[in-house]
Amino acid sequence: MQVKEYKPLIVAFCCNWCSYAGADLAGNNRLNYPADVKIIRVPCSCRVNPMFVLRAFQRGADGVILCGCHPGDCHYTSGNYYTRRRMALLFSMLDYLCIERERTRVEWVSAAEGAKFAATMNDFAEKVAALGENKRLEDLRCKK
Amino acid sequence: MQKITRDILVEKAVSLLENGTVCCVLGWKKGEFDYDVTPALFESKEEIEKDFVYDDFCGANFSKYLVKKTIKAEGKILVFLKPCDTYSFNQLLTEHRFDREKVYAIGIPCEGMADINKIRAIAGDGISEIKCGEKIVVDTIYGDKHEIDAKDVLLERCINCKSKKHVNYDELLGDEGEVIESNRFDEVARLEAMTPDERFAFWQNELSRCIRCNACRDVCPACTCEKCVFDNPKSGVENKAPANEFEEKMFHIIRAFHVAGRCTDCGECSRVCPQHIPLHLLNRKFIKDIDSFYGEYQAGAEVGSRAPLVNYTTNDLEPSEVFEGRGE
Repeated sequence: MQVKEYKPLIVAFCCNWCSYAGADLAGNNRLNYPADVKIIRVPCSCRVNPMFVLRAFQRGADGVILCGCHPGDCHYTSGNYYTRRRMALLFSMLDYLCIERERTRVEWVSAAEGAKFAATMNDFAEKVAALGENKRLEDLRCKK
Repeated sequence: MQKITRDILVEKAVSLLENGTVCCVLGWKKGEFDYDVTPALFESKEEIEKDFVYDDFCGANFSKYLVKKTIKAEGKILVFLKPCDTYSFNQLLTEHRFDREKVYAIGIPCEGMADINKIRAIAGDGISEIKCGEKIVVDTIYGDKHEIDAKDVLLERCINCKSKKHVNYDELLGDEGEVIESNRFDEVARLEAMTPDERFAFWQNELSRCIRCNACRDVCPACTCEKCVFDNPKSGVENKAPANEFEEKMFHIIRAFHVAGRCTDCGECSRVCPQHIPLHLLNRKFIKDIDSFYGEYQAGAEVGSRAPLVNYTTNDLEPSEVFEGRGE
């Protein structure tokens, strides 16, 4: 029997105004980052509702990362400040319910930081791969 | 035992109703058994004298009822508020959920409410009659009689009572109390100190019992959305999941998150849970985190204060720094 190689599924919520363009720049510069990172474009990092993060996990994601503009640079002035508070609390709560803390991350990546985007994704994918499959959060009904 | 008696409250309610200050009274009504006291709206003197009760089972927080009742009421509504209820009352005022002009609030002292589950654990099944007095006297249909000290069967939220002070009222019956230094975060700290696997097992055990009856949401004075995210039949998360337990966990994380920063820690969610899940531990985790990350904040302590999650400072803690400084 052939054993399928384990590859983590990572969902990245990227802000339209910075990280999404940062991902583009990483592509233009031919920087490598894992193909298992699925990017979802959001108008602002604060568009990400905690339910999005949990639903991503439920539907089989092994890691969820939020990328937004650096604090102070939000296109809508203050969106990422709210994200920062919300996600700090959400991640602390996930840790309280014992979901491995390495599975979630918030990173500030500007449109000029293609290299940072690629490096962040490589690092995150490596950490999530080390944790292995997400057994605690997935939903059997969503399994293919 | 409560310091204030039913008779004083009935007399007060009837006199305010008869002189036209208020048009109806929000109070506690006798249920089928002595211990299942339910909230009710009284509109006449006869109803009040017949059914109004105030004893150790009047845990219900009336603040949320005001949201819907004040819209319909033509005059003022008389509401009795225990100290912890006044915090929820203030929080709803902060959020402009009801018209303060349409409410006549009377603050009443509270000595802590009894937990029927703890009484059942002592007296067993078949409770036929409970008399609240110096001691709680329980009769069962099997002829047993138990005398229980009220201090031994307090609700969890009353053991860790955070305040006996009324933060909002038109009239106060009895004496004003003080804000209490409680140990309400001890249990959260104990859980935090567990190893991850123990903690996972603990929550798996607790939350997998959830039957998704939504009682915690319905009773919560902070959950007052007209449309709730969990009422959407297309969401796929509105019901008990047949497969495994993450859906219950998700529901409880999101429920607690939606009230984070607005939760006054009134403890109603745990009181009404038919499965006895300690839901207050989730809410308190958020309160504890908010206190430690963004400074001490008590929701509802004053009208008009800005909740931590609709506010920010430019040098807030980064999510990556959350786990630093805990010695892990």
